[in-house]
Amino acid sequence: MNRIQKLFADPKEKLIPFFTAGYPKLESTVDLVCAAAEAGADMVEIGIPFSDPQADGPVIQASSQQALDNGITLNKIFDQVIEIRNLTDVPLALMGYYNPILKMGHESFLDRCVSSGVDGLILPDLPLDEAEPFCEMAKSKGVSPILLVAPNTSNERIKKISELAGDLIYAVSILGITGNDLASKDALAEYLIRVHEHSTTPFVVGFGITTRNDVVWFNTHSDGAVVGSAIIKNMDGETHPLKATKSLIQALKGAL
Amino acid sequence: MNIFKDYNLPDNRGHFEKFGGKFVPETLIPSLEELEHHYAEAKSDPKFSDELNGLLKHYSGRKTALYFADRISNELGFNVWLKREDLNHTGAHKINNALGQILLANRMGKKRIIAETGAGQHGVATATVAARFGLECIVYMGEEDIRRQKLNVFRMNLLGAEVRPVSSGSKTLKDATNEAIRDWVTNVESTYYLIGSTVGPHPYPMLVRDFQSVIGKEAKQQFAQQSPKDLPDRLVACVGGGSNALGLFYPFLKDDVKIIGVEASGKGLDSGEHAATLTKGDFGVLHGAASTLLQNEDGQVMLPHSISAGLDYPGIGPEHSYLSESRRVNYRSATDQEALDAFQWLSEKEGILPALESAHALAYLRQNDHGIEPNEDVVVCLSGRGDKDVHTVAEALGVDL
Repeated sequence: MNRIQKLFADPKEKLIPFFTAGYPKLESTVDLVCAAAEAGADMVEIGIPFSDPQADGPVIQASSQQALDNGITLNKIFDQVIEIRNLTDVPLALMGYYNPILKMGHESFLDRCVSSGVDGLILPDLPLDEAEPFCEMAKSKGVSPILLVAPNTSNERIKKISELAGDLIYAVSILGITGNDLASKDALAEYLIRVHEHSTTPFVVGFGITTRNDVVWFNTHSDGAVVGSAIIKNMDGETHPLKATKSLIQALKGAL
Repeated sequence: MNIFKDYNLPDNRGHFEKFGGKFVPETLIPSLEELEHHYAEAKSDPKFSDELNGLLKHYSGRKTALYFADRISNELGFNVWLKREDLNHTGAHKINNALGQILLANRMGKKRIIAETGAGQHGVATATVAARFGLECIVYMGEEDIRRQKLNVFRMNLLGAEVRPVSSGSKTLKDATNEAIRDWVTNVESTYYLIGSTVGPHPYPMLVRDFQSVIGKEAKQQFAQQSPKDLPDRLVACVGGGSNALGLFYPFLKDDVKIIGVEASGKGLDSGEHAATLTKGDFGVLHGAASTLLQNEDGQVMLPHSISAGLDYPGIGPEHSYLSESRRVNYRSATDQEALDAFQWLSEKEGILPALESAHALAYLRQNDHGIEPNEDVVVCLSGRGDKDVHTVAEALGVDL
C-alpha cells in the first residue's frame, strides 16, 4: 500500500495544498511542503512548472514562469522530493503537463518517482484516451496515476477513468482553468454525487477552492479538497511566505 | 521518397502512428467528440458540401488560378507553376478552412467563435466568416504580433471582432494558442474554437487538412488541363503549422510526385533563432497533439524565430511529422534573408507580392542544392499575398515608410 492508498482508506477530512516547485524561490519548496505537513496538510501536490500551462489561470501561470526563471528543472524537483522525504511522510503527488515527462521518458520518470518517494501523479493534459500505457506502467511501479474528471464527463467515462486510475481520481470543480470562480453549490452537489456514484475509487476536488467553508463543504461531498491558486496568491508579495502559508493552511484546516 | 500505395490516416483515435491524438484537459474531450460526430455527419451530407462549395466559389472567388510563371521559369531552367491562393477573399488560403469550420459551428449551434492568430491572416479569415454568419468573434493574438501586424488588427476590428492581446510567454502565436485553449476550456458549452492550422487535438488536424485540400484537388486538375503532362514532378509549400502545405500535398500523396515542405530557418539553423521544427526539433506534445517540437533538454518549449509571423511557431502539425518520418515528404528550410530576397524577386519578375510565408517556398527554388532537374514541372503554393508584410519588408530593407 502506498501513502495515498493508506490515506484514502481513512474517511477523515482531507486538505491537499498545491505548491509550484521552485516558487517563490528555487529552494522554497522543501520548507513549504514540510510547513504545510506540520500545519495539517493531509497530502501535498507539487506542480512541475511548464512553459505552456494550458489548464492554469493567471496565478499559477505566473508562478510557473517565475519558477522556470528561478532555474527549476525536473531533476531539481526530484532532488527536492528526496529532501522532503527525509523530513516528512506526507503523501506527495506531482502535478505536471505531459511534455517534460515524455521528454525524460516514461520509465526514467517513473523510476525517479519511486526512488525519490513520489506517491501519485496528476497529468492534466493526459486524458483517458491517451493515458493507458503510462498509467499501467505507473501502477506496476506502485505510483498512483490520479486521472481527472470534469463536470461534463459522462457517467460511463467517469467509471472508465476511475478503473484506469485505480486508487484515486481528481474531479475538476468547474468548466474552466485553475483559480476560476466556483459554480453554484446546487450544480456542484449534483455533479459530485454523480462522480461518487460512478467512480470506483475515492476522489478529491480542486479548482477554485479558497476558504475553510469550501474545504468543509467539499469534504462532505467528496474525499478531499485541493487548494492551489489561493495558496500561491497568498505568497505574492509576502516577505515571509513560509509563515503566511502555514497560517493559511491552519485556517483552511480549521485549526485557528 | 516513399510513395504511399494506400493512405488512410489518421486512424479512428486521431493518430498518425505515434503522432497526433488528443492531449487535452478532460473538459475538452466531450467537445472534441461532439465535433468529430458533427464533422462525420457533415461529410456525408450533400447539403453541407453544396453550401461550402457555393461559398468557396461565390464568396471567396475559387477556383484560384494555377499560373505558369514564365519569367522565373526561364531564369531557373525549370517550369514553375504558382497555385494562387493569394487571390482568395482576404488574401490567403486561410479562408478555405475558416468557411468549412464556420459551417460546422453553425451545425453545432455555437454562437461564439474564438481563434488564435499569428500573422493575423487566420484572425482576419475567422473575423470575416463570423461577420458573414452574424456570430460573436474573439481573436487571441500575442502582443508582439499585434505590434508587427497592426494593419491586420485594425482589419479584424473593422470586421467586428474583438482582438484580445496576450502578454504571457513569448507574446506570439504559441501563447495566443494557450490563451484560446483556456478560453475554450472555460466557455466550452457556448464556444466553437476555430483552429487555423493542421495542429491541435484530433479531429482538428484532419478537418483542417480536408478543408484545405481543395488547393491540391484544383491544382491537380488544372495542371492536367494546362500542361501536356498528367502530373507535376514536384510540389513545394512553406510549413509553419502546415495547413497550406497539407492542402496542396494531400491529394498527391499516392502519386509519383516529389513533395517538399519548406520551414523557416530564421537567422540560420545554428543560430538558435529559427522555427525549423522538423529539422531541429524532436518528439513532444504541445497544444493537444503529439508531434515534433522545438524544446530544451528539460521538455520546456523553446521560443522560435522567423521574420514571418505565420511561421513563427515551435511546433508543427502531426501529419507533417508523420510524412517526414515515413519519408514521403522531404522537409528543408529557408532563412529570413532568403525569404526576403525571394519576396523581392517574385515582385520584380512576376508582378506578384508574395506573403513572407510563401516567400520561403519560393526561396527553395533558388537554393543550390534543391536537386530540381532541368524542365521539371514544379507547383508552388503561393499561400498568401504580401501586402500585410510590406511594413516588415520595409523595416528589413531599412526603408522608412
